[in-house]
Amino acid sequence: MRGETALGKSGYPVVKLPATLRLSGLMLATAAALSACARGPNSDDPFEATNRRVHDFNTELDRAFLRPAGQLAAAMPPVVREPVSNFADNVALPGMVLNGLLQGNVAGAATNTFRFLINSTWGLLGIADPAGDMGLAAQDTDFGETLAVWGVPAGAYLELPGFGPSTQRDAVGELVDFVIDPLDRLGQQAMTDYGTLARVADIAIKRGTFGDTLDSILYESADSYAQTRLIYLQNRQFDLGQAADDAYVDPYGDTYIDPYEAQQ
Amino acid sequence: MTLSLNRRALLGSALLSPFLAALPAWAVQLDVARTLVDGLVADVNAVIASGRSEGQMLSDFEGIFDRYADVPTIARYALGNDARTASEAQLRGFTAAFRTYIARKYGRRFREFIGGQIVVVQARDVPNGVEVETTAILQGQSPFRVDFQVSDRSGRAAFFNIIIEGVNMLLSERTEVQAMLDARGRNIDRLIADLPQG
Repeated sequence: MRGETALGKSGYPVVKLPATLRLSGLMLATAAALSACARGPNSDDPFEATNRRVHDFNTELDRAFLRPAGQLAAAMPPVVREPVSNFADNVALPGMVLNGLLQGNVAGAATNTFRFLINSTWGLLGIADPAGDMGLAAQDTDFGETLAVWGVPAGAYLELPGFGPSTQRDAVGELVDFVIDPLDRLGQQAMTDYGTLARVADIAIKRGTFGDTLDSILYESADSYAQTRLIYLQNRQFDLGQAADDAYVDPYGDTYIDPYEAQQ
Repeated sequence: MTLSLNRRALLGSALLSPFLAALPAWAVQLDVARTLVDGLVADVNAVIASGRSEGQMLSDFEGIFDRYADVPTIARYALGNDARTASEAQLRGFTAAFRTYIARKYGRRFREFIGGQIVVVQARDVPNGVEVETTAILQGQSPFRVDFQVSDRSGRAAFFNIIIEGVNMLLSERTEVQAMLDARGRNIDRLIADLPQG
């Protein structure tokens, strides 16, 4: 059970590629990104110059579209927002079940399966969340996590146009998730028809919910690129159940200068 | 193999012994840290439930942050190596400006808890002190994790780091202060003047 906190999710729009681009693009990108991963772990940022340009582009995208959409969504009553978010969460479940199985996480896959079955029926195609009321919380996962479980290193930090912060591993994960999504075969017609639309709307809703915090990161930080990178990488490690780098940084450590001396 | 390991272990313990001797004085007790965070959480929850105006709550939250955090240590960490070359007056000025800046910033974050509550889960020893794990339960959101790292090495039990779903306040504030310094030619006086106080 993971919270979607303001700090965690960047709130950048997830843009779906046209179906015709799916396979060819995937093969190339997978090969390129995985070979790049193989060059070794990067705690540094080898693509920083490019990433910063993309970050500026994404920030403008946010300023022009996503932020206003989020403000609009936040002004709507919960009775409008919640069914959309529920529907978006529900159509994501088949993909999460598949990833759970690929990770050998049978319990997580079972929880998500029950959620999908209950909410797709009693929950009126997913617009309500009776499974949540029964205590079946979504076990969020994705193919990026599957790759991590399989031992693929995170690779370098990337900021993707339109998608926001990522890593080489997570970028591949997003593409693979798109291609292997079993919703087309398992979902009702309405889910496949409106799933993508609901997921885009849900991004605007989340952008609105966490508006102040995201605004402070993107528009009030001295270096919003560096903050976004730090926050994404740490939160992603947390989501994957890995100890974050520097989690136990010690401000009283051996470089310690007694800050109380100057106070006297 | 065994011999060299033993020798290394012996050498290690000889080098470490002054620190080991100092350890009881440093190491904040689990129950002390937990009591601190219990108090912090009770204060935050009391403000949330008080029904006061948002402006009043904000100033209450700032007071709570200031009371429970080791602000001078957080300030010094954010300033990094520049703290070594700064004058005492600059250090005092920076700590004072940072105190308002950080209490406002994170006090404002507590505001997100209005309508929700924080629950203390457990306390455990970690390499840099005691980590007290809490869960924030907010309306309309999945519960999420907030950890407080606590030490008494300032002379009193206080938290020196907040980690929200893996995101570390010390690292985030060092990134922020260093970026501000870079933008001001590493001039601490300009940094002090420009630290947001609103």
